[in-house]
Amino acid sequence: MKRLFLLGLFAMATAITYAGGYRVSLQGQRGLAMGHTGVAMVNNAELAFFNPGGLSFLENKINIAAGASAVFSDVVWQNDEFGQMARTDSPVGTPFYAYFSYKLTEKFSLGFAAYTPYGSSVEWEKDWAGSHLVNDIDLQAIYIQALASYKITDNLSVGGGPIYVSGAVNFNRNLNRTLTDLEGNRSNVTVDASGVSAWGWSAGAMWKPIDSLTIGVNYRSEIIMQAEGGDADFQNVPNSPLTPFEDTKFDAELPLPAELTVGVSYQLNEKWLFAFDYNRTFWGVYESLDLDFENPNIPDSENPRNYEDSSIYRFGMQYTANETFTLRAGYYFDESPVQSGYFAPETPRNNSNNFTGGLSINVSDRVAIDASFLYSHFDEIEESYNYYEENGQQVPFEGTYKSSAFVPGLGVTIKI
Amino acid sequence: MKNYIKYMAILALGIVSCEPELENSIEDDGFYSNGEADFSNYVALGNSLTAGYADGALYITGQQNSYPNILASKMELAAEGNFDFTQPLVNDNVGGLLLGGNQIAAPRFVLAGESALTARPARLNAMPTTEVSNKLSGPFNNMGVPGAKSYHLLAPNYGNVAGVATGAANPYFARFASSESATVLGDAVAQDPTFFTLWIGNNDVLSFATSGGAGVYQQNNTDFATYGPNDITDPNAFAFVYNSIVSQLVGEDGSAAEGVLINIPNVTDIPYFNVVPVNPIPLDANTAAALNAQFGVYNTQILPGLVQAGVLTEAEANSRKITFAESDQNYVTLVDEDLTNITGILQQAPFNLDPQTAALLGQLRQATSEDLIPLTSSSFIGTTVNDNPMLVNGVSVPLGDEHVLTASEQAVVAQVTTQYNAAIASIAQNYSLGLVDANALLSQIGASGGLNYQGIPITSQFVVGGAFSLDGVHLTPRGNAVIANEIIKVINTNYEANLPNVNVGEYGTVSLSNNVQ
Repeated sequence: MKRLFLLGLFAMATAITYAGGYRVSLQGQRGLAMGHTGVAMVNNAELAFFNPGGLSFLENKINIAAGASAVFSDVVWQNDEFGQMARTDSPVGTPFYAYFSYKLTEKFSLGFAAYTPYGSSVEWEKDWAGSHLVNDIDLQAIYIQALASYKITDNLSVGGGPIYVSGAVNFNRNLNRTLTDLEGNRSNVTVDASGVSAWGWSAGAMWKPIDSLTIGVNYRSEIIMQAEGGDADFQNVPNSPLTPFEDTKFDAELPLPAELTVGVSYQLNEKWLFAFDYNRTFWGVYESLDLDFENPNIPDSENPRNYEDSSIYRFGMQYTANETFTLRAGYYFDESPVQSGYFAPETPRNNSNNFTGGLSINVSDRVAIDASFLYSHFDEIEESYNYYEENGQQVPFEGTYKSSAFVPGLGVTIKI
Repeated sequence: MKNYIKYMAILALGIVSCEPELENSIEDDGFYSNGEADFSNYVALGNSLTAGYADGALYITGQQNSYPNILASKMELAAEGNFDFTQPLVNDNVGGLLLGGNQIAAPRFVLAGESALTARPARLNAMPTTEVSNKLSGPFNNMGVPGAKSYHLLAPNYGNVAGVATGAANPYFARFASSESATVLGDAVAQDPTFFTLWIGNNDVLSFATSGGAGVYQQNNTDFATYGPNDITDPNAFAFVYNSIVSQLVGEDGSAAEGVLINIPNVTDIPYFNVVPVNPIPLDANTAAALNAQFGVYNTQILPGLVQAGVLTEAEANSRKITFAESDQNYVTLVDEDLTNITGILQQAPFNLDPQTAALLGQLRQATSEDLIPLTSSSFIGTTVNDNPMLVNGVSVPLGDEHVLTASEQAVVAQVTTQYNAAIASIAQNYSLGLVDANALLSQIGASGGLNYQGIPITSQFVVGGAFSLDGVHLTPRGNAVIANEIIKVINTNYEANLPNVNVGEYGTVSLSNNVQ
């Protein structure tokens, strides 16, 4: 037992991960503990997310996996030319997942999934130096998906299903760098939209050419969240027709990009399993965050983002210690979709090295507790957002950023 | 097994508590430094510019954006040990003052209007709540006193509430003077400042200028008790007073405090003198002809006659001619005290004018592009006397001395300013203090095209230029940020300090409101 604990420590010490943009890769404690791999691994109901094609490879009739993570993520920014520093005091995010599959026949399984692959919660100090870009943002999207999986041959299975997304966004920023009311309170706007829904789909395939080797591919479609008639609440606006800001409605679009994953896992022996996944996230769709205000007197807000498609390389290993304990460790390198000069403080993400680890404890034949953690290491980076304009002139917002994220998570696996 | 979970939890918490840290954090000791200076007790001395007075009033956000307060926020990053910078904040963001419940200073100007083209400064429609007799308990690091001239810093009883009503004392200093007999300098020195800034002397020449030259140049008069409020302080007396202030701040052996002196801008660089044109009179053909007929005899007979009689030179006679045209740009008429007074002569033969007409023509001339009209005269020009349409101020009735800063008055102001600045420069050198050339800086801002500062265009244009507030004299927060940056530059050079700059673009300019009087 002591040896197992030490191995756990080792895993933690070597672990790095968190996804670029507002993608939150926390869709299963077992997968996450192995660097969030899983497209080519038959482990538990987490397959509903990682690769619904593999659901029909699950041996039990009923498979359930559910869990949640606590995201402790913060950013520090400073600009030494002007002696300014700010830290986020972001609320703890709690992404969750719940997966279910039911084996109708030997070849055919049905499933259900609910998960939160996109989201962001960043809260800077009110009126900080970058408050004309963002004071705080809370972005949530819940994916709900019905699934079917069909085993074409004994070693090839496919699956997929439609996704219903329900999202909400709340975003506050100051109107510009200087405008205040007569008491000196900064003029700001909060845009809020909730109950925004959209449809998408995912599909995957899994192939086991030999018993010890599994190959998987999975694709999740792009989903554009269109907020229509959201509330724009303007605060502390001077009493003057020269600042025609008043509460109104707004329309906006936020893309939840498509993601393609291919991967492989190899069962070395009874104890050891290794996995590698490659993700391609099609962030290129996120060109600009534009707010179209209903009131024609209020200038629309255009915020170029110019994200680019990005890759994530994931490595994981699993050690089945005994009937009770399974230990996992992993690493992934997450390439940021944010390009230099577009580094906006609402999603201040640069490339990250991510270390993961975790374990499962089989409480009984049917029930296991899954624990994982994720530590994301971001290098310190000098960056700027150059596309904020004042009187037709670009006003870069520059500084040194350093992010960190630590995400412990807990889940349960049930097999009946 | 419980134990393992417990250990995991402890380990997890250990990592959670790790906030992201930068390798070179500005919060680290020594990131910024005060160099050879000591910022631990910074005291700012000066007048309205130092106090954060803006938009014709002293109000809280103006004070918060005073250049000393901006500067202090950067000093705090470099100061060793505790740092605090206190200001005698007024009671509201309305501005204005009450004395015994009666308003003695008006609320701030705000920019009011329905569109950018029609927007004009107007007084905020609100009641001041800052009562002069409500004494604040100090001391305060910002000792800026609106209205103070150089010699006022040494004047006992300058903060005596009882003297405010008669003008013997200053209402702003009365709010926070340590005693009725205290001096501004005494209250500053009593704080044992380790660092000071001094920007004083503007009003010694500015109040003459803003009054349109209504005061007197007190050349060679060193008795300040005999000075009127709009008089120009004698340059030698100024130098003596200034030296006395600085010598007390640096202490007997010159080691009590380091500091920076800020010199005096040219008054003609402020929008106050650049808003109202000297030729704002629109006339149609008939009116112009009627006026020309009215001044016809004066132009063609009286003036040449006086030249012939040797009373006027040819040049002066030419400068005194009055002509109007069908145009939107006729020059105003004015009384110029520097002209030969011909009132008496005109009442004698051969002119034999009645005393009233003679007085009207006595020192009359039409303005030239060399003259400057104060901002406050814009509402006076074109008004009529006793509702008589024939008596139009600035046209048929010449403007008084207080409505025009003439070329010769400007020359005196410029010359005195140069002398003050020479004195300040030599005192800075004598005491090895930093010197900020605000004169050169505001000349650049006042020059055509203005100044591009950190990528932001800053000009002295009224309302929109960015540097000057709605009273046309005092600085906006952005203007204060520029001054603070210039002081930082001098501190960094003079004291080998390392203070960060001020991001000028984060400081606003004028405030908008349609709630006006």
